[in-house]
This record gives sequence, C-alpha cells and structure tokens, in this order.
Amino acid sequence: MEHRLTENGSAASASRADNPPPRRGWLSPINRRRLTNFAANRRGFWSLWIFLVLFGLSLVSELLVNDRPIIAVYKGEVLAPVLFDYPEEKFGGFLAVTDYRDPFIQEEINANGWMLWPPVRYSYRTVNNEIPVPAPAPPSWMLDKQERCVRYPLGAEDPNCVMGNWNWLGTDDQGRDVVARLVYGFRISVLFGLALTLASSVVGIAAGAVQGYYGGWVDLLFQRFIEIWTAIPTLYLILIVSSVLIPGFWTLFTILLAFSWVALVGVVRAEFLRARNFEYVTAARALGVGNRTIMWRHMLPNAMVATLTFMPFILNGSISTLTALDFLGFGLPPGSASLGELLAQGKNNLQAPWLGITGFIVISTMLSLLIFIGEAVRDAFDPRKSFA
Amino acid sequence: MTKTDTAHTAAARAEAAPLLEARDLSVAFTQNGVTQTAVDRISFQIAPGETLALVGESGSGKSVSALSAVKLLPYPAASHPSGEILFKGENVLTADEKALRRIRGNEISMIFQEPMTSLNPLHTVERQVAEMLKIHRGMSDSAARARVLELLHQVGIREPEQRLQSYPHQLSGGQRQRVMIAMALANEPDLLIADEPTTALDVTVQAQILQLLKDLQRETGMAMLFITHDLGIVRKIADRVCVMTGGKIVETGPVAEIFDNPQHSYTRHLLAAEPKGAPPVSDTSRPVVVEAEDVKVWFPVKRGFLRRTVDHIKAVDGIDVTVREGQTLGIVGESGSGKTTLGLALLRMISSTGRIRFEGNEIQDRSWRDMRPLRRDMQVVFQDPFGSLSPRMSVADIVGEGLGVHFPGLSLDERDRKVAAALEEVGLDATTRFRYPHEFSGGQRQRISIARAMVLEPKFVMLDEPTSALDMSVQAQVVDLLRDLQKRHGLAYLFISHDLKVVRALANDVIVMRAGKVVEAGSADAVFDAPETEYTKALMAAAFRLETVDAGVVSE
Repeated sequence: MEHRLTENGSAASASRADNPPPRRGWLSPINRRRLTNFAANRRGFWSLWIFLVLFGLSLVSELLVNDRPIIAVYKGEVLAPVLFDYPEEKFGGFLAVTDYRDPFIQEEINANGWMLWPPVRYSYRTVNNEIPVPAPAPPSWMLDKQERCVRYPLGAEDPNCVMGNWNWLGTDDQGRDVVARLVYGFRISVLFGLALTLASSVVGIAAGAVQGYYGGWVDLLFQRFIEIWTAIPTLYLILIVSSVLIPGFWTLFTILLAFSWVALVGVVRAEFLRARNFEYVTAARALGVGNRTIMWRHMLPNAMVATLTFMPFILNGSISTLTALDFLGFGLPPGSASLGELLAQGKNNLQAPWLGITGFIVISTMLSLLIFIGEAVRDAFDPRKSFA
Repeated sequence: MTKTDTAHTAAARAEAAPLLEARDLSVAFTQNGVTQTAVDRISFQIAPGETLALVGESGSGKSVSALSAVKLLPYPAASHPSGEILFKGENVLTADEKALRRIRGNEISMIFQEPMTSLNPLHTVERQVAEMLKIHRGMSDSAARARVLELLHQVGIREPEQRLQSYPHQLSGGQRQRVMIAMALANEPDLLIADEPTTALDVTVQAQILQLLKDLQRETGMAMLFITHDLGIVRKIADRVCVMTGGKIVETGPVAEIFDNPQHSYTRHLLAAEPKGAPPVSDTSRPVVVEAEDVKVWFPVKRGFLRRTVDHIKAVDGIDVTVREGQTLGIVGESGSGKTTLGLALLRMISSTGRIRFEGNEIQDRSWRDMRPLRRDMQVVFQDPFGSLSPRMSVADIVGEGLGVHFPGLSLDERDRKVAAALEEVGLDATTRFRYPHEFSGGQRQRISIARAMVLEPKFVMLDEPTSALDMSVQAQVVDLLRDLQKRHGLAYLFISHDLKVVRALANDVIVMRAGKVVEAGSADAVFDAPETEYTKALMAAAFRLETVDAGVVSE
C-alpha cells in the first residue's frame, strides 16, 4: 500500500463523471477473494464436493434405493411406480397398493411388458422376507449363492435372487435393508440439521442484533431471559413432550428450535456491541440512515464472519441431537429411517457388527465432512486473509 | 551518504567509531509468494552519545529499518537481501538468538509509540520494570525494587513509591510512556531506539517527554535512534537526520544543515508541508447556523448494589457555542478534554442538556426521528480515515448512502452523477468510485469521508480531528481542500483538533477546552497571539515550540 500514500489531489480531471460503471459480477471483489480462499483449502473444497454429491444423490434416493420399479410398461401403458401409487387391481391383484416385490406381480408385468428396477430394490420400510438366516442377516456378499438364495421359491435359479436384491450391508433386526435405511436416514438427518441450523441462525441473529444494537434495558432484560431459558433442561423437556405428543419431524424441529436459537445470540450480540462504536456506524447515523438499514448493511456483515464460524458446529450439533434422540427412542416416529435407530440396533445386536460399524462410519464421515467444510468457510472469511 | 561534513563535530564523531552502523541494508517482505522491498540499500551510522533521527512519512520504511537493528522483524516473512548491521562491530543480522537476547533490552533498548499496548496490562509497574533487571542482571527482588524506584524517580514520575503497585490503566498516557522509558533505561543501554515515542501523546506531554529524553541522554551518554514523522521534533532533539522515502535514504546531514539548506526535493517538500493559509475573516454579520447555550454532557458514575448515581463525569460542562455561515470555530484541548463529546452533542448524536439551535430552530428536544430531516444539513467528518468507511461497501455506495436517505426520489443515474461530482469536488478521480476503501491511501480515504458529507450539501460540518491521522504533506492538502470547500459553499465548520497548527490555519474563532470547561475563548488571533491563561500559554509553547512550562499548569 505504501506506494499509494503519496497523494496527488490534482490528478483528478473534470468530466470523467460520465463513465459507465464497470461491469460488476454477482460477487463483490471481497467475496470473490473469499471464494478463491475457500477453493485454496483443498480439504474443505473436496469435502464440500463429496458432501454435495452424497446429499444430491440422497435427494433422489427414490430412484436409487426403492422397492418399486422406476418405470414399467404394462400392456402398452407407461407407468411410473416411483411417482404414483397404482392399485394392485391394475395387475390383477386385490391390494390397495401394489407390492412390486411380489413374484406374482412381477411375472404379470414381465409377461405383458417390462420394468426397470433401481439398483437396490428395497425401501427403508421394506422387510426382506427371503433372508437366509434369522434377522439381522449379514451382508449378502458374505454368503455364497446357494446360501443366499435358499429362501427363494426356486433357490439359486430364482429370478429374484439377483444383485438388486442383495443386502449389501446386511439387514437390521427386522429384516430391513441397511443400505436403504442409511440412504434415507442420511437424507432426513441432513435436511433436519440444515433446516434447524438455518431457522435457529435467523432467530438467533435477529435476537442478538437487536440486543447488541439497542443495548441498555433491551439488552439487560433479553439477556436475563436467555439465562433463565437456557437453564431449562432441554433433553428432559423433549423426553416429556415426546411422551405426550407423537414426535414427528416438525414437532421435534419446533422443540429443538425453541432452545437452539440461543447458541448464536452471544456471538452476534458481542459483534454488534463492538460494531456499534465503529466510526462508520456513527457516520451512517449522522447521515440519518435508519436503524434497520444500519443493522443490515453496516453491522450484519461484521457479525456474519463469527456466525459462519459457528454454523458448521451448530449444524453438527443439530444432526447429533436428532441422532441421539433416535438412539434413545424419543426421536422420529417408529419405522422412520434414522441413523440413531441404526446405532441403537447395533448396540442391541452385538452379534451383527455390520449394524454398529456402518452406523458409526456413516455418521462420523458425515460430521467430519461438515466440519472440514466449516473450517474452510471460516478461513475464507478470515478478514486478515481476505484483505491481504 | 549524500552529504558528509567533516567539520561538524557530530559527523566527525560518527566517522570515528560508530556504535551502530547499517551498511547497504535492505529489508524485503514476502507474502503469498510476492516479495516487496520495504527498505532499499540504506546506510547510516550512529556514534556513541549521538542522536540520529530517521524522518519520513508513513510507509517510508523507517520503523522497519530500526527494528532490523535488533532483528525484531517477523522472520521469515521478512528477509534481508543485502547489507549488514554492525553493533559494536558485531553483525546483528547473523548473530544467534543468544547474542541477540544479550543485545536486546540490555545494550539496545526500545520505546514504542503506543504505551498502552506496549505495557502488559496484567503486570504492575514494579513487575514490568524489574523484569528487565532480573533477566539481564540477575538482581534479587529487593535490589530490583530499589533500582526500579531510582529509575521511576529518574524519569520524573512523582511519588514513585505509590506507583510501584499501579497497573498500566491507572496511569496517564504520559506516565505510561515514562514507565516505558524507565524500562528502556533499566540496564543503561548504549543505544535507545525511540519509535515515534510521542505521537500518541498530547502536545504538552510530548514536550515533557522530549525534554526528559534529552536530559536522560545528557546524564547517561547513550546514543539515540529517533524515528518520527514530525520535523519539529527532529529539529528539537536530533544531532543528525536521515530523510527516508520509499525505503531509501534520500538525504543525510546535521540538523541545522538539512533545515537551512535542504538539497533533495523530497526534503524540501517535507519542510514545505506545514498547513498554510489564513482562516476566513471573522464577520459577525453572517447568519448564525448553530448556536448553543450551556451545553452539558454528564455521564453518571454508578456505585453500589442499587447502582445509585454517586457522581458525574462532566465531559462537557456548560459550554456556549456560536458558529456562523462561512466561518470556522476551532475547539482545541488535550485528549479527554471533551472536544469530541461537545461536537457530538451539538449534532444531537448523544444526549445533552442546554439549548441547541440550528438555523433558529430549537433541536434539543427533537426525537431521533425528528432529527432525521436535519441530518442532511449537519454533517460530520471523523478522525480515522480507516475506521469511518465501511470496508464492505464500494466508494460509490458509501458516498451515495446519504442521498438514498434524504433524496429518495433520485434515480440511480442522478444519484451516481451526484456521487461522481462530489468525488471530483474533493479531488478524487470519479472513475475510482467502484473500488473499495482499502484500495485507497489515508489521505484519499479522508477525501472520501469529506465527499460523503459534502454530497448532501450541508450547511454545518463538524470536523473531528480530520487531519490527525494523516501524514504531514497530506494534512496540508486536506486543510487546503476544507478551506476551499468552505469558501465555495459558505459552510459553517466546527473544527475539533489538538493540533494547533492546523487550527491556526482554519479557524477564525477558538475555544480552548480543558476537563469539559472553557479555559479561554475568543478570536483565533487573540487566543494564539496573546493567550491570557497559563494553560493556553503552556499549550501554545508546547505546540509551536515544543517547550515545557512549569509543572502544575498542564497534565502529566
């Protein structure tokens, strides 16, 4: 910067005012530098891509892991069982919803057309009735073909004893495919975590901003309220509530949100208290800029760095809270795909190590990826780096 | 060396046996693979007992050069592509850690600009000073205490016994700097490196500290390497000067010679860079823009369990102010005298009592919301050009923000045109308006701040030390710009500064403040040329001649 310090006030000549503004991209230079910094952190950058791919795949898990064909052509009619429920009458049965895994239905469709199955032919609720040993069954690749197909009507020659019906990671103690439960469980965990993080950040930032900006009595009362509020034992409350209400996704979400928003208040409040005395904030006040604009335009960007530093940890915290509740049996309703429930099964079935090991690997990988991403984001927002 | 005058005693001494000698010294910093040269092959030498001043503006490399002498730069980011530094014949740059520790704080000691951050806030005065003695001399507790007392006495701290257990925050800025000096002197160094030791201090305290350093040098016979941007100080304290710019020494010589007969154009530029020009002529017929009577800002001091107000800190205690169109009222005083608080109270940025009228309207009782329409007429420019601009907004957004509030009807195009015009008016290239503040120098940033105020075409501008953070030559330009703008738009200025030279160049009326009260007020000529109170006299002596007056009148 030194070379710019020599001032030359007279250099500016008149009539340059009409120049059009240079084209500005959708990112300001600072944000562009942050993006470069983020990409420079290889671990965080790759973690982000791996996570995005996994998350993207899990979003379309109905096409990859499902107990219905993706597409079927039956008597010249193109059907999409993934999207629509067709009554079994359509194929000559009598149930309200077609069970496409039923050999009778499969024969009927294959005789009058064809169908395309997802790579794994189980959904998270599908019970595999053909497991060769009492549930939990070990992964299919640990058994030879004869053993694997022993429960199918035609044994090793049965058309359903194929790769699509393998239990790649075995089954749980109710005969449900572990891969299917993992994929759906991962999706719901991440979605729940993201939603909870976003919602609690919005509430927490707003509350912290108001306290830090106005200070005085607002701050004092709000702080005392938070102290009392955080003294309520969250876990007990959740246990009590979930024994009264049937805990669904949104019930859990609301209860957890009511307590998780305080996480960011302290940080944001501190940043706002600090920024309140910045000269450019005073300057904006002297210009007559409104309070809300000052908070949004001048002060929030300062708080964002601290907030983003905490976000991955809050996200991880949200995911682990949900997993913990599921593990204890107070989480999502019975039968839902859930990583916590998988861990609980692993604990109860120590003779089936694939349950516990799988659950552990998936959860730890997911949390580690998120932490790596968070660290890279934090470094990218480091003001000492972005102004270098 | 561009000049050597063997006749001059100081120079002769220097050539005889230099205490410290830098030969062909370069310093480079490497960041993100880019190497920048901060100091480019400079040479200087200091003889025992001599004072050498390194003068230059910010970024000229003077501090970096001095820090190399004790190898205190952030290695390995810093490197020395060439040169050597010989201290008593030993090359400091290649010395090992052990040798360096012996030199640092023992044979060469340093004092820094900011005494608050240079002292450990968790240690008492005794512990800080004694640490040096214990490390380098291996003194016992009682011996160290006796020596600390002696040192505190030597640096002119009154009642040193009482001060031993004080923490840095309990001392005034001047006292803190004295403690720093006591630490530096603890081991009777041969060379004292003083890096802008008085920049953060008030003028009166500055004069005292300079006097102290001079006295101490006479007593102990140490050499001094004095780094400063202030030529007045150089003339006062140094034997020889090195003028630095852009990492190079452009001129070296005895003080008298450099000041009387500068050879290099940059030296001449520096010498000429004092704020010049005359303030507007006082004219009581001009309409009054801001008028205030008996303004008081008292901050309550609350104690005890019930937080009862037991006392008040009287930041501003009953001050009358009148500012007329096209005229400048200067407010001078030491730090903590309540200057800025008064200014903020007049703008109704903080609550106060008393009557404040703006163009005849009472504004004291207006709510924040009711003040908003008036904000476009009363603007403010702050001291710190780095803190007063939001780093996340482009210059166009910063300058245009007020327009968005006060002229919501303007189209984007019109607003942009106004912003560009305002930038042109303060002497900036309008094409740079899409850049961000960090891409500008301190002086340019201050111009942006001024443009932000001017774009609203205000009638009254409060200037809160707008030149204090700037280099001398830039300061003069900003003063010229402010005077120019005032003339063109008939602005009323409230100019707050501790720098009397700048006030002299801008204000036609002056109020001298101390501890929230008016010490002296009147026309600038009267106050500057014939000050009546002792305090004002002391202030003038310190500011214009760097002289101290008898103790008791000014703070320590």
